[in-house]
Order: sequence, then structure tokens, then C-alpha cells
Amino acid sequence: MEEKLTLFKNRKRFGIEKNIDIIFKNTSLVLSSFVAIILLGIILVVFFQSFESFSRYGLKFLVTSEWNPVKDEYGAFTAIYGTLVTSFLSLLITIPLGVGTAIFITEDFVPKVAREIIGSFVELLAAIPSVVLGLWAIFVMEPFLRAFFVFLHNFFGWIPLFSTEPTGRNSLLAILILVVMLLPIVTSIARDSLNQVPKKLRNAAYGIGASRWKTIFSVILPAALSGIMAGVLLALGRAMGETMAVTMIIGNSNAFSWSLLSPGYTISSMLANQFGEADGSQVSSLFYAAFVLMILSLVVNIFAQWLVKKFSLKY
Amino acid sequence: MNSLYYQKRLSRNIGDKFFTSLSVICALIAILPLIFLVTYILIKGGSQITPELFTLEPNPPGDDLDAGGINPALIGTLIITTIASIIAIPVGVGGGIYLAEYSKGGAFSRFIRFGVNVLAGVPSIIAGVFIYALIVSTKILFGSMYSGLAGGMALSILMLPTVIKTTDEGLKLVPNELRYASLGVGASMYTTILKVTLPSAFRSIATGVVLGIARAAGETAPLIFTALFSYYYITGFGDLFYEMGSLAVLIYNFALEPYDAQNKLAWAASFILVLSILSVNIFSRILAAFTEKTKRV
Repeated sequence: MEEKLTLFKNRKRFGIEKNIDIIFKNTSLVLSSFVAIILLGIILVVFFQSFESFSRYGLKFLVTSEWNPVKDEYGAFTAIYGTLVTSFLSLLITIPLGVGTAIFITEDFVPKVAREIIGSFVELLAAIPSVVLGLWAIFVMEPFLRAFFVFLHNFFGWIPLFSTEPTGRNSLLAILILVVMLLPIVTSIARDSLNQVPKKLRNAAYGIGASRWKTIFSVILPAALSGIMAGVLLALGRAMGETMAVTMIIGNSNAFSWSLLSPGYTISSMLANQFGEADGSQVSSLFYAAFVLMILSLVVNIFAQWLVKKFSLKY
Repeated sequence: MNSLYYQKRLSRNIGDKFFTSLSVICALIAILPLIFLVTYILIKGGSQITPELFTLEPNPPGDDLDAGGINPALIGTLIITTIASIIAIPVGVGGGIYLAEYSKGGAFSRFIRFGVNVLAGVPSIIAGVFIYALIVSTKILFGSMYSGLAGGMALSILMLPTVIKTTDEGLKLVPNELRYASLGVGASMYTTILKVTLPSAFRSIATGVVLGIARAAGETAPLIFTALFSYYYITGFGDLFYEMGSLAVLIYNFALEPYDAQNKLAWAASFILVLSILSVNIFSRILAAFTEKTKRV
């Protein structure tokens, strides 16, 4: 009995070890809360810095396009419009191309090795820095497409979207370089969600006599839709926040124009261009624009996460 | 009887052919520009590589004959990404440990996981704006404004979500039996984590972290008004508190110069940046594939 009790006593941990354990746990707790602190910090800092501009212009800031540091008049409509138009139109081009490519590499049109090579190649391209894409857009894509833009203007100039004479950098180029940037993202996410659709579903569809594309359209794509949608929203968030490639090729002009062939502006390119040299109320207005951008991308991101949770595969 | 054979003219077969060729065309349109892009960068950039490139300072734009080298930018990128890693890796791995090992799926950990995903989606330029407001404009770091240190901090914000996520997911893959065994022989929680679970998840965490570092190395937007740019050699520790060049910002600045010599320098810098990022990616992919194979056995 006596012996057992001492054994039991010895099973207690030493005080130091216990303390280390507690310290370790709490340190990791503090470190994990850094994420929340940084996130809230970003939102609060950007909001308070934009407060001066916010209280002066209010929501009028969002719908006027005067940006004049000399007269101290600021409105970000051109940039907000540019952000939305470039990101949505680039997605509009990317979605069919990306999903089409993803179907191509998940079906057995070509041998598996070839498909895997194409798949990993596309994924690698997502790693190319956007500033390099911008460089490529300036020196390769713009000269290459100039003749096409002139053609577009000559034949479709009556449509407001193509109504300006193309002279160098413009919004359409920004849209196209965004397509090159977003394609790897959309393709690889669409491929993953197509791969996750259970084989049973496909076999069942084939078994009742559906053709290959009937199966894809009526069974496989609907089953993979939530994953694809989440990927598309992720890409949309990326497109809205994308700075370098767009800044380098969009032409950076605050003059509003409906035409895609004229130079434009996005919120992020405005920040990249003006932040370094701005002072006074211009800084506050830039912070206001940054706040708008942040809210836009937060909404898109949170919606994407909600979508994934709500509609994730239930097979 | 005939209906047992494949009939070309059947509308379903024609439709199938049509959509198959459509998806092939999609793939071609998607992949060709990408191949074009990579080969162009490698050829155009690779042809500008000379030994002096790695040792000289870039000359200020205007001199069309000789642009100099990219030594300060190269070293600057290494320093800035190192600073970012020094901040982001301990914080991220620590946070990931809490999420995977300690949290019990309560409101707090769900909020943090949600926050990680949101932070990963914050545009990179916003990280720059944040650090500008917090550090550059307040001169809080010993009175210095634009500095390599501030640039590193901005990049660390972008790296943090990747590091936490890979640590969290890497640790979750470690089988619970290992934890029970360690705790069962009397090890405390922190010994179990440091000696058992972290080492067995090391490879997957390292892969994710390295990929995160590679991505951060190519980021430009957070640096253009935090680290700014510098034409001069980095000579000592004190240079951390001054403007610091980086490959990414060099490409941005010199691509927009009207002079040919500077543009060539931008191509050379892109070659080095893309080559190193791609080789890191390929290497870690091979490593990951290798790990998966050994696990299956």
C-alpha cells in the first residue's frame, strides 16, 4: 500500500514541465489570433485613414469621376467601374475556356500522361509573378494585337465598347492579360472538382445510354458546380485585386470612357500609381478607394466560402 | 440490328463530336499563349544573361548604352523574402499548431480558419497600403520611412495564410495513433507536438511553406510603396532601414522606362525570377509526389 502511494506520487509531472506545457499552448493560441488581429487591423486602419475623405465626399465619391489633386476634388467612379468591368469581362472569357480545358484534361481524349503534363504545366503557370506578365503584355501582346484592335475599331466602331481609336495601352489588353492570369486558377480548381465527382455517377449515366457529353452536361458538371463556382469567385477576387499586370498595360487614365479600346484605370492601379507621391487629402481619398476595393474583395471571398460550405459535395 | 452499331449521323453522335472538338479548341486557346509566354520569357530573358549582371549596380535610366546589373535587386529580394519568412513562419506554424492540435472545433478556431481564408483573399496591394499607414507614414521604425524591413513585413502578411493553412492541414494528416502512443508513454503535450507530430508532418509543411515563399518573392504590389527601390549596393545591416530594391520592383520600374537598355535589364531580371520560382515549384512538386509514394507503401 505504502509502495503504491509513492508510485502514484511520482506520476505527477514536474512543475516546470507543466508550466512549459501551458506556456506552449498559450503561445500558439496568441500566434493563431494574430490572423484575426491583422485582418481587423487592416480593416480598421484603412477605414480610419479614409475617414477624412469619407466624411467630405460621402457616397458621392463612388459615382463621380473627377480626380483632381490641384482642385482637391476626388471621385473614384472611373477606377471602380474599371475594376468591375475588367474583372467581370475577363471572367466571362476565362470561365468557358478554363472549364473547357478542365473537361479536356479530365476526360480521356488523350493519354493520361499527356493530360497530367498539361495539368501540371497549367498549375505551374499560376506561379508566374504578375509583374512578369505585365512586362510580357507590354512588349509582346500589345504589338501583336495592335492590328486586331484596329480591325475591331474599324468594323465594330459603331458599338460604344470599341468606339475609340486604339493607341497603345488600353482596358481590353488589361482584360486579356487577366484572362492569362486567371486561366490557371479556374482550370486547376475546375479540374479538381471534376475529378472529385465519383466514378459511379458517370458509369450510371453511361449505363442508361447517355452519350459522353450528355453525361458531362447533365451529371458531371452539375455535381462539380459548387467547386467550380467557388473557383470562379476566387478568381474574381484575384482579378479585382490584381495590381501589377493591369497597372502596366491598362494605360492609367482617369478620363471615363465606355470604350474598351481607350486607356482606363482600376482601383489597384490607381493605388500603385499615386500612393508613393500623394499627400494631403489625396492620401485619404486613396485610402477610401482602397477601402472600397477591400470591401469588394471581402464580399466576394466570404460569398465564395459560404458557397463552398453550403453546396459542398454530398456523395 | 443496325442499332447495335455506331452510327455517325445520329444527332447525339454529331453533338458529341462537336463538343469534343470545342473542348479541344478551348484547351488549345488556353495552353498556347501560356507556352508562348514561358518560352518567350526564357529565350528573351536568357539571352540577356551576362556575368556582370550579377555583380553591377543598375545605372539610372537615360544612358541607353549600358544599363549595368541587378546585384542590389537580387540581394534585396533575398533579404526582403528572408525578413518576411522570419516573421511569417514562426507565427504561421505556431498558429497552425494551435488550430490542428489544441482547438476543438469551437467558435474561436472556426473564426480563425475563416480569417485565414479571408486574409488569403485580401488583395496584395492592400497589404502594402496597410504597412504604409502603419509603419512608413508613422516612421515608427527608428525614424526610417521606406525600408526593406517594411517591405518584408508587407510580404509576411501575404505569406501568413499559406503557412498557417499548410501547417494546419499537414498536422491534421498525422494519424492520431502517433499522438496517443506518445501521450500514453507519458510525454507532455508540447513534447508530443515538437518531437512526434511536427517531425512527421515536416515534409508536407515544408513544401507548402517553400511554395509560399516562392510566391512572395514575385510579389510587387506590396513593395512599391513600402520598400520602394534603390540603385545602390547593399553594404551592411543598416541598409535594412532604407529604401531597398527588389527584382520585382526593378522589373516594374524598368519595363515602363522608354530606354531599351533598361527594358533588357527587366527581361533579364524576369528570367532569373521566373526560373527560380519555377524550379522551386517543380522541385517541391517532385518532393511531394515522392512523399506520397513512400506513404502508400
